[in-house]
Amino acid sequence: MRALFRHAIFRNTSVLIGGGILLLLLIIALLAPVLSQFDPGQIAPRFRLKPPSGEFLMGTDMLGRDVWTRVLHGAQVSLLVSACVAAIAISIGLTIGLVAGYIRWLDGPVMRAMDGLMAIPGILLAIALVSLSGATLVTVIVAIVIPEIPRVARLVRGVVLSIREEPYVEAAIGLGTPTPKILIQHILPNTIAPLIVQGTYICASAILVEAILSFLGAGLPPEIPTWGNIIAEGRGVFQRAPWIILFPGGFLACTILAVNILGDGLRDTLDPRMKKRLGA
Amino acid sequence: MLRLILSRLVAAIPVMGVVAIFVFLLLRLSPGDPAAILAGDAATPEMIAAIRADLGLDRPIWEQFITWAGQLAQGDLGKSVLSKQPVAHMIGQRIEPTISLALTTLLFAVIVAVPIGIIAAWKQGGWIDRGIMALSVVGFSIPVFVLGYILIYFFSMKLDIFPVQGFASLSEGLLPFLERIALPTLTLSFIYIALFARITRAAMLEVLGEDYIRTAHAKGLNESTVLVRHALRNAAVPIVSVIGIGFALLIGGVVITETVFNIPGVGRLVVEAVLARDYPIIQGVILLFSGVYVLINLAIDVAYVLLDPRIRY
Amino acid sequence: MRPRHFRQLVSVIGLSIGLGLLAGAATEAVAQDKKVLRFIPHAGLRITDPILTTAFMSRNHGYMIYDTLFAVDDKMQVKPQMVEKYEVSGDKLTYTFTLRAGQKFHDGAPVTSADVIASLARWGKNDTMGQKLFSYTKEWKEVDANTFQLVLKEPYGLVLDSLGKPSSNVPFIMPKRMADTPANQNVPDEIGSGPYRFVKAEFQPGVKVVYEKNPDYKPRSEPPSFTSGGKVVKVDRVEWTSISDPQTAMNALIKGEVDIWEQPAFDLLPELKKQKDIEIRNLQPLGMNYMLRMNWLQPPLDNVKVRQAILHAIQQEDYLAAQVGDPDYYKVCGAIFGCSTPLKTEEGAVGIKKADVAKAKKMLAESGYKGEKIVIMAPTDLNSINQLPLVSAPLLRAIGMNIEVQSMDWQTLVGRRAKTDPIDQGGWHIFHTAWGTADMMNPITNAGVKGLGKVGGFFGWTEDAVIEKLRDDYARETDPAKQKAIATAVQKRLYEMVHYIPLGEYFQPSAVRKNIKGTLPSPAFVLWNIEKN
Repeated sequence: MRALFRHAIFRNTSVLIGGGILLLLLIIALLAPVLSQFDPGQIAPRFRLKPPSGEFLMGTDMLGRDVWTRVLHGAQVSLLVSACVAAIAISIGLTIGLVAGYIRWLDGPVMRAMDGLMAIPGILLAIALVSLSGATLVTVIVAIVIPEIPRVARLVRGVVLSIREEPYVEAAIGLGTPTPKILIQHILPNTIAPLIVQGTYICASAILVEAILSFLGAGLPPEIPTWGNIIAEGRGVFQRAPWIILFPGGFLACTILAVNILGDGLRDTLDPRMKKRLGA
Repeated sequence: MLRLILSRLVAAIPVMGVVAIFVFLLLRLSPGDPAAILAGDAATPEMIAAIRADLGLDRPIWEQFITWAGQLAQGDLGKSVLSKQPVAHMIGQRIEPTISLALTTLLFAVIVAVPIGIIAAWKQGGWIDRGIMALSVVGFSIPVFVLGYILIYFFSMKLDIFPVQGFASLSEGLLPFLERIALPTLTLSFIYIALFARITRAAMLEVLGEDYIRTAHAKGLNESTVLVRHALRNAAVPIVSVIGIGFALLIGGVVITETVFNIPGVGRLVVEAVLARDYPIIQGVILLFSGVYVLINLAIDVAYVLLDPRIRY
Repeated sequence: MRPRHFRQLVSVIGLSIGLGLLAGAATEAVAQDKKVLRFIPHAGLRITDPILTTAFMSRNHGYMIYDTLFAVDDKMQVKPQMVEKYEVSGDKLTYTFTLRAGQKFHDGAPVTSADVIASLARWGKNDTMGQKLFSYTKEWKEVDANTFQLVLKEPYGLVLDSLGKPSSNVPFIMPKRMADTPANQNVPDEIGSGPYRFVKAEFQPGVKVVYEKNPDYKPRSEPPSFTSGGKVVKVDRVEWTSISDPQTAMNALIKGEVDIWEQPAFDLLPELKKQKDIEIRNLQPLGMNYMLRMNWLQPPLDNVKVRQAILHAIQQEDYLAAQVGDPDYYKVCGAIFGCSTPLKTEEGAVGIKKADVAKAKKMLAESGYKGEKIVIMAPTDLNSINQLPLVSAPLLRAIGMNIEVQSMDWQTLVGRRAKTDPIDQGGWHIFHTAWGTADMMNPITNAGVKGLGKVGGFFGWTEDAVIEKLRDDYARETDPAKQKAIATAVQKRLYEMVHYIPLGEYFQPSAVRKNIKGTLPSPAFVLWNIEKN
């Protein structure tokens, strides 16, 4: 009983800690123009590669740009990319999954297409999409979204397949309830818990994938600073000026950590099976 | 079993078809022109046009697709636009480092992660559990290339234990092979250790709550026997499935590690091909990757049946 | 439990012994190794045909396995290389060349006049100077196996300069069967008569190229100087391994896993200089030049006044400081044919040293510019030039231009700059690039001064009859003093019309381990004469 109690606290603190850190990061990102007086794109060759100091809190990069300023502005873009990717991937994946799971004749073809998409390595697909259609915020988001869609769709379809056999759904079908109503009233609510958990993981992986794209030269251009492209630009001078990588890297790690903690906490509280087991 | 395998292989054909068409269209509809790349900096428009015609890039897309699909049906992946080498030959040259790295990473990750996951589940909620899980979350949070640089800095530059870069084939001897692949493996396996440990922990927790485990305890069997003989065996299905998916991800995901450690693998081959618009290579490698993915999924299904006789297809 | 522990112990011991044996075998293998020179080139070699492409990687590869008829020394004087002797007729219309005796291709076949003529014919289709030479050529005549003649339609001043040109496309000599390949296709083989042989079995495009010493090569007796003189090979094998990550390349060099790094990143030079085993050597004394190129077909850049406003808005030092950083490795330079070449002159070079915002603004206002969007293409993945567009953008915004920087990878840029379309259909206004001085040291070879427009011009399609006339005059002129006067006139015209904006000269040093002796300065990176101790 005591172990159970302790576990419950731990769960809640997970949500609390994760959510708290994320909120803090969000506030910092939004306050970027207040927290730094520099322009993130301002080039000053005279101040290249200066170590952290009172003037440049996190030092400067190869072009003499202030790393602190870029990290702050980068937070806006990185968090935006991550949130957008999660939101879009989940809405599209959810729609596809619901349709495929519920409408039987569509299941085969839709899921084969999803399998095909899933069979292409996500990173490669994203690189191809970005380098082929140009590195803008929109293309980068689309490129990270596409490989995530089949995963969400599969998850949702799985839930739908198991729910639709439940007696109350069969009863609703028997009563002649229209399909959209069944989908929205009975099936959709059951997908929410796993989707929220999935969503947090997508958030985390989106930030990392964006960093990887920048590393490979297929990320956002330097005028739009993101943690990913700050790190990628600084990688060539890692041993000489490690601060260019370590500060945004630290922020990146903190964010992913927070998102993961939040996701774990949510899973433990939301997953009904988990609840059942703990209650038993 | 044979029927399962056959039916799965047949089902793979439309999947591969989807991949082939998707990739082909994606490439042809995009900007960038291999002819311009081939011709270089001082090229004149006439020269670029001549090269385009020579490569067949001036013909309609559907015609190009039919040509390619026809070659493909005969098992011919075509030739690289830039180097004129057969794509199959180029993949052959570059596949060994990638497979080696993927396998060593997988092996190392499983060896480390499964015990960690078991211990975490066994001492669930204890400080070991939390410590291990926190560490595994850290594993998710560090970009692979940052980790690679840090490891090179300490293990190669400061401690002088491993070489910085390069790949040695197993045929050159076990020691040179291990020496070169150790750091890349360590770098790449970090995130997989995190992933596998979490899945093992979750699967074990599920199983540990079952009645037969209690029965086993009641019979007075010692802790390790219960954990390994009874629990792990039943928890194996989800673990195997994640390892399989992990392998598929690895094959596509080694590209960063290959770049940092200068390993001449397939990942770099395809990324460089994308940047140079070398269409036949991109098409060939992505088809290969998706083929591997399909085969691994098949292998997972077979493993399911072997591991858990209750599962039927 | 005990037996199991014992079994583990036994297997651990067994494994260690096995590993020990393997280690011993490995060291033995190394001891028998030949002298191998390990080199990190600036990119991966993919196209092995130096006539098909102007890429420097392909050019450097060409110097390994092919030889040339003529070559240049460190004063840029043309010297015979494969040619034993040559004669020019009194009317300057007939050149008779005799090949050195005993030259052989790597497949054992002798080098003959037929091979030379076929090779030059293919080169003449693709190379800028080759095309010019062939437009003055009546015919190439085979006299005998070792002797051939060039007959001109009218006297041409640059015959030897063309045949001895040190940089892309270099007129390398191949066997006739290879040279008969159409000029827009890759040659099927890698067979030359040069100091190294290509090891085809070990070639991995983009990753690794292996060469071995050509035992049949007979070097000239003169000492090596730039691309001329005796090409003596003092190692058994050369391995090119491209390492795309600069950090990894640096660490590999420091640890001695490689011997030479052709183009270390400028930002890493201070780190490399701290190493006691490594030297920084400037092996390309002619340097490189950055260039801002405009699209003359694209309004408002079709208006010369707008282009002049841009010229006065920029200052070279900003670009050089951002891209290179250390002033030891760059030079503010307005001479469009290079700052250390025979045609060097600062005449007419205006506007580039110090930005004059007021003047540029005034010029822009007078031009009738109405805030049209200017698209600058910026390559994100090409570290050697990726900062240049980021410097241009604020400079041009400062004079009130509406600038849009569009990021893309270099190959997209290469594909897109070939498009003459309007902006909304994928066109462009400005791109930046870099050229080796060796590729721009006279009005014929410098692609940026061509005035041919859409037919045969360089991207940007500068159409200018005046400059074309001057280039023709230069080609006909045989007196060096008069040649220089014409070149100066070309430079003045270039600045007047703003064909392109020179952004300064820089020097790309190489990082070499100290046990490597005999590295040669040259306009192209050459790997003969090098000793490894």
